[in-house]
Amino acid sequence: MKKFWAVFVARNLEFFRDRSTFIFNLVFPIVLIFGFAYAFPAGGGTTFKIGVVGGMPAAGSASDVSFLHYKHLQFVPYTELATPLDRLAHDQIDMVIDFTKGDYYINEASSNGYILERMLGTAGSAGSGGAQAGVFAKKTVSGTPIRYVDWFVPGIIGVNILFGSLSGVGFVIVRYRRNGVLKRFKATPLSAFEFVSAQVLSRFFIVAFLSAVIFAGTDLVLHFRMAGSWALLALINVLGILCMISIGLVFSSRIRSEEVAGGIMNLITWPMMILSGVFFSLEGTPRAMQVASRAFPITYYIEASRAIMLDGAGLAKVAGDIGVLAAMTLVFLAAAATLFKWE
Amino acid sequence: MDKSKGATPILEVRDLHKAYGKVKAVDGISFAVREGSCFGILGPNGAGKTTAIEVIETIHEPDSGTILYRGEVVAHSFKENIGIQFQDTSLQEFLTVRETLELFSKLYPKPRPIAEIVEACSLEEFIDRDNRKLSGGQRQRMLLGIALVNDPDLLFLDEPTTGLDPHARRNFWRLVEGIKARGKTVILTTHYMDEAEYLCEDIIVMDHGRIIEAGKPRELLLKHFGEAVIRVPEAAVPSGAAFGCPAAVEDGFMAFKCADTDASLRELVAAGVNLAGLSVERRNLDDLFLKLTGSGLD
Repeated sequence: MKKFWAVFVARNLEFFRDRSTFIFNLVFPIVLIFGFAYAFPAGGGTTFKIGVVGGMPAAGSASDVSFLHYKHLQFVPYTELATPLDRLAHDQIDMVIDFTKGDYYINEASSNGYILERMLGTAGSAGSGGAQAGVFAKKTVSGTPIRYVDWFVPGIIGVNILFGSLSGVGFVIVRYRRNGVLKRFKATPLSAFEFVSAQVLSRFFIVAFLSAVIFAGTDLVLHFRMAGSWALLALINVLGILCMISIGLVFSSRIRSEEVAGGIMNLITWPMMILSGVFFSLEGTPRAMQVASRAFPITYYIEASRAIMLDGAGLAKVAGDIGVLAAMTLVFLAAAATLFKWE
Repeated sequence: MDKSKGATPILEVRDLHKAYGKVKAVDGISFAVREGSCFGILGPNGAGKTTAIEVIETIHEPDSGTILYRGEVVAHSFKENIGIQFQDTSLQEFLTVRETLELFSKLYPKPRPIAEIVEACSLEEFIDRDNRKLSGGQRQRMLLGIALVNDPDLLFLDEPTTGLDPHARRNFWRLVEGIKARGKTVILTTHYMDEAEYLCEDIIVMDHGRIIEAGKPRELLLKHFGEAVIRVPEAAVPSGAAFGCPAAVEDGFMAFKCADTDASLRELVAAGVNLAGLSVERRNLDDLFLKLTGSGLD
């Protein structure tokens, strides 16, 4: 018991004296809680999502039906009609209202669409006049509803790449530095560049292999929707993995403590998972969140993968994502090369 | 390669400094190492031995000072000519001894065949074992093997036998002697004076980052402890006998401190002293160390 106590006290002292680790362990969960609170405000989530084209009508205008003021309906603005109609066809939103033409669209196959149509049909004018809501013309779209899992799979592969790359490169290099493996290598003619590129390549193949196995294995059962080009999807994956690995290199370039590395890894991975649309669509989330999501490479990876798999997007459509991923990779690699120290 | 082998030291260190913050770990040391010799760096814990050796190995940058290899300032290729056994080191996990040797062997342009390394370091019996599952002595032999993969002319051993049992230490010494027999130069830091006495032709003693004594072990002992102490039972000395060196009675023994042991013993015999129960005590490097640093080694 005396030994146990001594070890316990020593460990506590170590933890509290290691200030960087301590801060990560303290601040990070707090930030996380605030993040969730911000993303999912009081009153629970939105039940119905309605795409709006042409902006919300002015109060008191003929189009300003009471429907637009119902609770628990979320109105997501779009600038042109094609995008929300595509989403509607894939069951990712429940209705589209085009205020420029006075049309509303629903997907005949969608139960939410049916309910919303009833609600819109019985809604009165928002103003005191009581004008009936016959102002909208019904149009329908059809399309295969996209299952959540089809939508989710690029996200979960992305998260796998994220963790595999960060821990496999970042964490491992930090451990090597701490326990002297790096020092032993430094004593040989091996250059830092050779060492690091060997690590990158090794991890690249491991992560690529694992992602392929996870995808292929689940695809056998779930038969994911694949509307686009496999080659393009492979390219996105190569870039995604390289980009995440290069992030791992940056954060492992100097750190000596695995505990700090763990903290930093959490700091990088959790916001990325929450803010880049892995689990839920960012459409309709606060603008700040959408802006923040642009900072994370995984956003572009997921965006491009979904576009290819769900919508059959070609090279031109995902060129932007490819460009950003490639640029981020180069920046991170350059930073890692500059910062890297054996010890 | 230098033709005047033996004339130019294989390694020369001039006025080397290395500080960590306010701590002067190495505070202006200079020495030269003869090719084919074993050079010992002695000193208490924290004396700066490891820092000194690691700066010389070019693992750390010196703050100032010059390191010459065969008369020339060390260049990048220096790493190909030296072998290093760190005081403590970790290796990549899940590799066998053979795989580990192969890994390091592949980092050098002209490696020595693995079979020779295995032979030279007696690694046969555990060559295919996971490198984490070795005994202390086996592990040190493997690390020595790694240090030898490039067949270096200059080998650095940082406390290679610390923590080993006497048998394993003797074994390790035998390996080092084998390396010396191949004409290689060894630079060794150690805590053990018997190790330095056994293996090293030249030693320096460091304390607080400085060299406080340098020379050959025997010469240093002679310089600091010129005299041996000869003891005979007090009763064996005839009363009234007079001797050339100072004598004192300690616990029933007569102790003579004499600079010339041979002359003193002859004197005792001539005086008719019964030599049964005689002992001659020589000071060793441990005593020298205590005298120089004013502290124990361990």
